Amino acid sequence: MVNQQNTIAVSIWRGDKEGGLKSYSVPLLDEQTILDLLTHIQRNIDPSLSYRFACRVGMCGSCAMQVNGKPRWVCRTLVRKAVRGNKLVLEPLPNLPVVKDLVVDMEPFFDKWQKAKGCFEPGQTALEEFLPIKPDEPRRRLADAAIECINCGCCYAACDVVASNEAYLGPAALNRAWSLVNDSRDGANKERLQAVTGTGGCQNCHTNSQCVARCPLELNPTRSIAGLKRKAAVAILKGKL
Amino acid sequence: MKDSFAIKLWLIQRVSGMLLGIFVVIHLVTMIVAIQGGLTAKEILERTSGNWLLGGFYSVFVITAALHGSVGLRTVAQETTGWRGVSLDAAVGLFCLLLVVIGLSAIRGLVL
Repeated sequence: MVNQQNTIAVSIWRGDKEGGLKSYSVPLLDEQTILDLLTHIQRNIDPSLSYRFACRVGMCGSCAMQVNGKPRWVCRTLVRKAVRGNKLVLEPLPNLPVVKDLVVDMEPFFDKWQKAKGCFEPGQTALEEFLPIKPDEPRRRLADAAIECINCGCCYAACDVVASNEAYLGPAALNRAWSLVNDSRDGANKERLQAVTGTGGCQNCHTNSQCVARCPLELNPTRSIAGLKRKAAVAILKGKL
Repeated sequence: MKDSFAIKLWLIQRVSGMLLGIFVVIHLVTMIVAIQGGLTAKEILERTSGNWLLGGFYSVFVITAALHGSVGLRTVAQETTGWRGVSLDAAVGLFCLLLVVIGLSAIRGLVL
């Protein structure tokens, strides 16, 4: 809550899964990001506060957390824009195990990235000529539209299917798989399509686009997942899946 | 169970959903046109008895609806109750069969 002394009362999750919210009063500054606010608390009020950050400029994706119930990068979120109804509540990302305070364990997120075969698999030997990548090629455009993901986990935290289905691979992993499915240099698309259509695969998506709404990079994982569904449908009809 | 079972069920639900969209429109238009001025049960049976085209259409309708509903119910059960595995598939399979039997017996009563 903003008061006349230009301070703000912010509630922050402390502890692990069993923890709770603790309130702090922090000076309110112009153009202050939530990351600035957390840094002030750690340096001046409570050095035991844990949170994760690295680049501070929206490039690494490590500072994602729940701000007033929605996943956001705190380095790119101004306090004055995030306050809703005089409230500012900071919590760890949902759908991931809490390590401490605002830090979550990203391992399940990256495990699913691997399960979706999110790694590039070279399709050629070193002896062959490189396959030319034409930027205007339709498949390359689809790959490019999905490729900028930096794995911050905002989409995963916002996804209601992840919340209800532990096996679901999630929007980021499926979006990554879609960018590789459209990469003409990749040689593992048959296995990748099997990986993204098994238990927890793309067919579980409810298409309600929470991932699109919450992606700080304005990517469209829902569209990527729809693309995987189309590919899967064609593969089934051709007897290849 | 093959790992592609779930995606195949998803495709069945998508295709059955598309077909149901068409079938429901045909059904509603037929009902609205046929019932102009009112119809007694006797008049309905007079028109449907021996009508194999109607019987065929509604048989496909019933099977499509049974598949669509059962696959959807399986997903809802998984997501809301956490029930998974062979027991769920068997229960949903039985539910599907029940819908088909009830639906086809109703059509039998109209056509035969």
